[in-house]
Amino acid sequence: MKKAIIIDDEPLARSIVREYLAFYPQVELVDECSDGFQGVKSIQQHKPDIIFLDIQMPKINGFEMLELIDDPPAVIFTTAFDEYAIRAFETHAVDYLLKPFSRERFSKALDKWLEQHSTTEQKAATVSLLESVAHSPSQTERVVVKTGGRIKIIPLPEIQYLEAADDYVRIVTAEGSYLKKKTMNYFEGILDPKLFARTHRSYIVNVQQITRIDAYEKENQVAILTTGVKIPVSKSGYMKLKSVLGI
Amino acid sequence: MLHSFGLSWKWAAIDSAVNNTLLMLASILLINTFKYYLPRKERYGFIMAMCGTVAVIWLFLSRTLLLILLPDNYDQFYSGSIYIRLAIGFLILGCMSLLSVLWYTLKEQQQNEQRKSEAEKLAKEAELYKLRQQLQPHFLFNSLNSINALIGTRPEEARQMIHQLSDFLRGILKKEENQWVTLSEELQHLQLYLDIEKVRFGHRLTTSIDAGENSGQMRIPAMLLQPVVENAIKFGLYDTTDVINISIAATSENGQLIITVQNPFDPETSLPQKGTGFGISSVKRRLYLLFARTDLLETDAKDHLFTTRIKVPQQ
Repeated sequence: MKKAIIIDDEPLARSIVREYLAFYPQVELVDECSDGFQGVKSIQQHKPDIIFLDIQMPKINGFEMLELIDDPPAVIFTTAFDEYAIRAFETHAVDYLLKPFSRERFSKALDKWLEQHSTTEQKAATVSLLESVAHSPSQTERVVVKTGGRIKIIPLPEIQYLEAADDYVRIVTAEGSYLKKKTMNYFEGILDPKLFARTHRSYIVNVQQITRIDAYEKENQVAILTTGVKIPVSKSGYMKLKSVLGI
Repeated sequence: MLHSFGLSWKWAAIDSAVNNTLLMLASILLINTFKYYLPRKERYGFIMAMCGTVAVIWLFLSRTLLLILLPDNYDQFYSGSIYIRLAIGFLILGCMSLLSVLWYTLKEQQQNEQRKSEAEKLAKEAELYKLRQQLQPHFLFNSLNSINALIGTRPEEARQMIHQLSDFLRGILKKEENQWVTLSEELQHLQLYLDIEKVRFGHRLTTSIDAGENSGQMRIPAMLLQPVVENAIKFGLYDTTDVINISIAATSENGQLIITVQNPFDPETSLPQKGTGFGISSVKRRLYLLFARTDLLETDAKDHLFTTRIKVPQQ
């Protein structure tokens, strides 16, 4: 028996998936969620084999929700109109349903998934999709992180600096620091280059937080933040910093 | 050719080398001039005069040079052939000019055409964007999806929603940009929109519309409130996970119609600049175009409540 979860903020949109899914006795609908927060919780609890996921949802969108799940299940996206997302699905061969969809179209997507013997391929597609949707409009304004059992949305200007930490990036804000499984290059790509500078291989700094830059050892500098934190600045990082600050 | 006039090979070679080099330089000069300054079609006389002047200068220079390089008695021969030289020089320069003028005119035309097609493309894109904005594909397809779901379980409601959606779309198509309507008409249209959204979002969305006495017959530019309410729904519904209430209130004050739209928001996750989204700025722009005033729309966010206030001067 396969387990499925529907995540969509519109009750009628959930009911149509429920209705179509009822024709598949081998798939059990274990839960329905109306936003991404519930979705994260429910996925952790039920460990479903497949989720039907809407993109535009309250608070965090479908992509941001998936980012918070360590080992995401198979996903069939459902969306009404989102040129950006549809382009991403096409590129990464991820299955999606355009609302309103017919029962035939739904069955085609589900049959395809049921016939797949291994889900590794599909999971790889989801992972590469998530990497590419980094530049979707809402994700260039904020970053969603999981801290303890809570989900936190950090508006990008509130980030003081970012530090590489193995496979993660530590995001430091006034309220605390959070880990996110992304790369420094990812953040360098999405952050506003007028506000943030990559001063070092392992550091990206919000330039508005810098109070002064001191010389440090031979060719290196160190940036001192308003909070007193010292951030290493490499030679090339110093050049970038100078151009951002206009000095 | 010069050799056949009875000149020695050496003299002929020097003569033609000097002349041709100078002629080439003169041609390059003309071509470059036309590259940066292209005379109008009716000014071919001017081009001819220019060629003539350059030809005379060329002749003068070549003669001076040849007199330095070659013996004195050469002057005699040169004076004899001076008119032929001038004619040949003028003809060659004239041809070069004509060719380069043609070439650059053609190039300019191509550029003009490219610019024109680019401008057309931009205009078309703007139009398409406007159309898309009016039709709101996201709203439309989600509504159709809701209808699809209702058909199976609650066909009566599905039918009702189809009628609401049709009336709403008809309203959009009917309204012209500069048309004025009464507030009651505008609110009626908004009500259709809100009713559809209520079907989509179920119990999560509640609305209250309160038009004070007298205000119902006051006038307002058609579809002015639509983007404001869309904005309120978008931030209300997508910024919180709670049940939300959108309230619309209208009053009349000093002969002005004042409309207030309120929606809840989450100050922790809403960025300050989000408050003036695309919808709001388009309404602001429209008010400015209509009344040449920038103070007719105000927004304010406090206590989890986002408020948009619009003043509409009555004509």
